[in-house]
Amino acid sequence: MATQHSRSIARLMIAPATILLLGWMLVPLTMTLYFSFRKYLPLRGGDLGWVGFDNYVRFISSSSFWPAVATTLIIVGGVLFITVVIGILLALLLDQPLWGQGVVRILVIAPFFVMPTVSGLVWKNMFMDPVNGFFAHMWRAFGAEPIQWLSQASLPSLVMIVSWQWLPFATLILLTAIQSLDSEQLEAAEMDGAKPLRRFWHIILPHLARAITVVVLIQTIFLLSIFAEIFVTTAGAFGTKTLTYLIFQRVLESQNVGLGSAGGVYAIILANIVAIFLMRIVGKNLDK
Amino acid sequence: MKQIQLNQVSKRFGVFEVIPPLDLEIEEGEFVVFVGPSGCGKSTLLRLIAGLEDVSGGQILINGEDTTTIPPANRGLAMVFQSYALYPHMSVRNNIAFPLRMAGLAKEEQNRRVEEAAKVLNLTDYLDRRPGQLSGGQRQRVAIGRAIVREPTAFLFDEPLSNLDAALRVGMRLEISELHKRLATTMIYVTHDQVEAMTMADKIVVLQAGFIEQVGSPLELYHNPRNTFVAGFIGSPRMNLLTGKQAENKGAHTIGIRPEHISISPKKGDWQGIVGVSEHLGSDTFLHVTSPDFDETLTVRASGEVELAYGDKVYLTPDLTHLHKFDDKGLRIK
Repeated sequence: MATQHSRSIARLMIAPATILLLGWMLVPLTMTLYFSFRKYLPLRGGDLGWVGFDNYVRFISSSSFWPAVATTLIIVGGVLFITVVIGILLALLLDQPLWGQGVVRILVIAPFFVMPTVSGLVWKNMFMDPVNGFFAHMWRAFGAEPIQWLSQASLPSLVMIVSWQWLPFATLILLTAIQSLDSEQLEAAEMDGAKPLRRFWHIILPHLARAITVVVLIQTIFLLSIFAEIFVTTAGAFGTKTLTYLIFQRVLESQNVGLGSAGGVYAIILANIVAIFLMRIVGKNLDK
Repeated sequence: MKQIQLNQVSKRFGVFEVIPPLDLEIEEGEFVVFVGPSGCGKSTLLRLIAGLEDVSGGQILINGEDTTTIPPANRGLAMVFQSYALYPHMSVRNNIAFPLRMAGLAKEEQNRRVEEAAKVLNLTDYLDRRPGQLSGGQRQRVAIGRAIVREPTAFLFDEPLSNLDAALRVGMRLEISELHKRLATTMIYVTHDQVEAMTMADKIVVLQAGFIEQVGSPLELYHNPRNTFVAGFIGSPRMNLLTGKQAENKGAHTIGIRPEHISISPKKGDWQGIVGVSEHLGSDTFLHVTSPDFDETLTVRASGEVELAYGDKVYLTPDLTHLHKFDDKGLRIK
């Protein structure tokens, strides 16, 4: 890439990919913005023309809006907390020299390969079913009344399912980070009189800061848009309606494309607010 | 007074015996250097003393107390690692204060000791930087500072200079020797570099394959090597170890003569030879001479101004008072 000539050729070669990606992003975004200002009811008259900010006002003044935002934040926050904490513990465990390490690692990663729909159904029918689920049997074995997970504890259940899916991702990234820690640093801390817990707090955890940042940022992007797990378990009932799910209901169940598009724009704004907060809190770890 | 004493200490990794049972005594205030080629077990021996590895057998006594099963932090030893092992997320001040913090010392006492150590090591201006912003030599000093503040019974150094460039290494060598004189604390120092061993040590322990080949002061090892390994390892350039008829004439299997104890002359001498490559260092010239009398090439030290060229015919005369004789097992003949 040294000469003027090779630079301009490089630019020319990259152009098709750049244009494709730009279009890929811009076309749906523009269409969403366009529809959000129109009254568009596909089964009830089609495109009924320009309505200004009507859709935006209706979406935000709906009684489901703020609960949906809260639900979204609770699920994202809960899953992040559980995956990071348990992920660190699992990574510490897997870093120990243990017999059958290779097999154990593959087993730990396995949930990540299960499709969200499948894992939602498996959890719903095999674990959380109040009659035949594993948990119900376990509760009865101790003489307790089985919990109706998805109706009585719907949000914790969903957080549990999604955490199970994302734990492998967090564990894997944190494990590689732990393995990159110079063992002499731990030995030095040991010589300096730091007991295991303080070694973890003063040496291992600071070393993991950057990996935790990566886990939090990447997971947030994907967790804001979880859908399948809700669709196959509660279908949005019992207070599990996230913003994503609300938009789905507006567009497909109510057949109101304009209203749903306005919700999509709100979702973009929410994602950006969350992103700004995250970058403020954890993003500075990436600068080091 | 014997400060650190190893009784029949051994180490095995699985079936592989790294260190066969050995005894060693280290006096208080001594600067002891473990030296040997890589893989000789010198670092393992140091880690056994530190407590970072468990012994497979034997006893380690520190100040007369059996510390074999005591955890590393409670042995009163401080260690400086090859990679310095500084904590990258802490400032230099917090790095040095870390052992004091772990010991639960009062904040003022911590600060006092850190400032003191920083003054000794010329780190005062860098206390608020991170290790990543320091040069290799400065990092090394921070690592030493972290060891000093603990006021340990003994310092352990694991090849601390091997990551520095040659010029800095000479400087740090002096600084560590200076520090030892000032603190008068026992230091155990591991290196593969015999120059470091010769220049710094009060006592050198030469190790090979886990065995102690010889223990002694630098000059003792230089003048009276116990076997051909020590003879070849100590001294730079290495001693000429010669076998063949000329050696048998002197009543030995191998004779050893250092480059500085051979005189070279273009006219007459005991052995004849042909000059090969010569290395001019300014003060000295090292000539590599092939001789029909020996299979081995000889290294000879001559003065800096010697005028001999590649292929010149010369005569060599060994200084017989500095001739070492070894038997067929490589042991010194008295």
